[in-house]
Amino acid sequence: MDYFLQQLINGLTLGAIYGLIAIGYTMVYGIIGMINFAHGEIYMIGAFVSMIGFLLLGVLGITYVPLALALVLVIAMVFTAAYGWAIERIAYRPLRGSFKLAPLISAIGVSIVLQNYVQIAQGARVKPLQPIIKGGFDVSVTAGHQTNLSYLQIIIFLLTVTLMGCFTWIITRTSLGRAQRATEQDMTMASLLGVNVDRIISTTFVMGAALAAVAGLMVTLYYGVIDFYIGFIAGMKAFTAAVLGGIGSLPGAMLGGLLIGLIEAFWSGYFSIEYKDVAAFSILVLVLIFRPTGLLGRPEIEKV
Amino acid sequence: MTTTPPAAAAGHHHHHPSFGHMVKDSIAAGLLAALLALPLLGFHLLDSAQGLHLDYRFPLVLWSGLVVFGGRLGLSLAGAAISKRMSARKTTSAESITGAPAKPRPWRKIAGWVMVAIALTLPLMPFSDRNLIDKATLLLIYVMLGWGLNIVVGLAGLLDLGYVAFYAVGAYSYALLSQYFGLNFWICLPLAGLFSASFGMALGFPVLRLRGDYLAIVTLGFGEIIRVILLNWQDFTGGPNGIANIKRPSFFGLPFTAVSMDGKPTFSQFFGIDFAPEHRIIFLYYLILVLALATNLFTLRIRKLPIGRAWEALREDETACRSLGINPTKTKLSAFAIGAMFAGFAGSFFATRQGFISPESFTFIESAIILAIVVLGGMGSQVGIVLAAVLLVGLPEWFRDLQLYRMLAFGGAMVLIMLWRPRGLLSSREPTILLSDCPEAAK
Repeated sequence: MDYFLQQLINGLTLGAIYGLIAIGYTMVYGIIGMINFAHGEIYMIGAFVSMIGFLLLGVLGITYVPLALALVLVIAMVFTAAYGWAIERIAYRPLRGSFKLAPLISAIGVSIVLQNYVQIAQGARVKPLQPIIKGGFDVSVTAGHQTNLSYLQIIIFLLTVTLMGCFTWIITRTSLGRAQRATEQDMTMASLLGVNVDRIISTTFVMGAALAAVAGLMVTLYYGVIDFYIGFIAGMKAFTAAVLGGIGSLPGAMLGGLLIGLIEAFWSGYFSIEYKDVAAFSILVLVLIFRPTGLLGRPEIEKV
Repeated sequence: MTTTPPAAAAGHHHHHPSFGHMVKDSIAAGLLAALLALPLLGFHLLDSAQGLHLDYRFPLVLWSGLVVFGGRLGLSLAGAAISKRMSARKTTSAESITGAPAKPRPWRKIAGWVMVAIALTLPLMPFSDRNLIDKATLLLIYVMLGWGLNIVVGLAGLLDLGYVAFYAVGAYSYALLSQYFGLNFWICLPLAGLFSASFGMALGFPVLRLRGDYLAIVTLGFGEIIRVILLNWQDFTGGPNGIANIKRPSFFGLPFTAVSMDGKPTFSQFFGIDFAPEHRIIFLYYLILVLALATNLFTLRIRKLPIGRAWEALREDETACRSLGINPTKTKLSAFAIGAMFAGFAGSFFATRQGFISPESFTFIESAIILAIVVLGGMGSQVGIVLAAVLLVGLPEWFRDLQLYRMLAFGGAMVLIMLWRPRGLLSSREPTILLSDCPEAAK
């Protein structure tokens, strides 16, 4: 039971991180119907900026943890969002309205560029960071087993829930969100009605990148090691999560992320750690066979 | 489309941005570049005995800002000059551009035959050495993979991001069959194709009913699954160590060795020539050339058959196909399986050429390279694929010393070519067969 509870906690933590990345995929896909292949790399850049931010604050003598955390959060979100904005502007916007595969190929190119850029700029070796937020408390202790919930995990949960709340509010209550939803439904009509579609799409990329930056920050704190290659697998799983939850749906992305995190944690906890990636994808295939629109997705009606 | 990038819009409407505007724009680009460079180039994470610490490289930030500023300014000045000249010319020849039907392109056929002639005579050329033929062999593997994937992506319009998985299945089938059962290359070649095709069927069957984007992600996942299994199933596949000492191919039973192992004559003894290690290299080169040309011939022929036409029709409009009685799932499945089969052939050739395979050769980046070759070549164009393969695989091969910057340039080239020609270098989306009385459709 305790082991189960521990896997549940670990799975939910991991799932929160995947979910935050998945939101970026699902928002971009919803609005321009494109798989932003470079989104995993955006998350990787977020992780690197976070790590550099922590070290810089250490040099500057800011060691009070909550302040440092808040500052790094802002730094990571700002710089990573700048990357997201620039990528959309340079590599995707000129291809909008071009034939379907062109933006995807461009995105794969961007992904290769970013990976190698970080590898050249920061070196190929794994970067370890001293744990910054230590400790936790025991949820339950029985003979031989104890279930631990670390402060870091609590912070990750709280941050994720807060961000989800903010995003739901932005999408459903603000004029920006209304414009986004309108663009998602019909880009031409929205632009005729005075929505600046270009700006809305840029904003979507900025928002997605900012959330990926938070995920990168969380991973930096949670695992303490990052390298230039982390974006690929995480990005792939996050996309899986987005498809699993129903692509285009924000709650779906979060739900899909949590499910992928749980599947991974339980699979590596009970079966084998080597095949955890296989498990996540097999479940994706099963879901797609029986429910092609994902868990929370709306069925798409094909029109001539 | 409603959203035209400002630069393009300006170019078409004869509004030439003023010099001041260009400078302002370039300053913005330079500042953005500096902002982007600040965290990742300005700071360097250094690993030392005391743990991680920071190193500062602020001049690099300044430089990247300046380079982008200069580059942007230079490009927009050049762009303005070109568009001024173009617009002057356009007024005289506008009519000939609009409404002209697509012309047949005989030069493409000629280019194809010239390429075949060059490929056939390459080993006989005075300047060709072992190194060159080795590189040409590698290039031909990619050309063959590109032609194979072209059936899936270019003809049937299915986005396959895990093509390398079928390549891996082919390579491992040959390696394992020859290791466990002692089968030779010529028996394994069709078997490897068969195995890959059945994998393609098994994967395609559940997912081909779904929308295209799902296929992309499932094939991507499948590619990773195959790699993870190859990596972890140590007893069977050798895990990360791979399989070494894979049997080399023979010339219809005549081995390419200096001395005979089992009393049978070797290739050089049989033909009464001196033994040279180049013989095998040249033989391998011609072998892959034949395999690649077979793939090409197959594609060219099948495009004219009902099944090939059904693929092209399905790519253009699935709903229309369905209403005309074409079963989309079966049609897609056949394209998927045939594409996988050619990857299997190429894979078993790869295994016999290298003599050693490991999961490292079958990463996602290979799939990306092959897909890039197909798309950059202009989906569906056989000659375009060769050009793209030369550009993406051949050229970087010569810059192997710059290993670190090679992939950076590769990714950058992918983006730039897409921006320049979104439909690929040589795009050919016209159906292979057209009704002769409706020339409008040829556009």
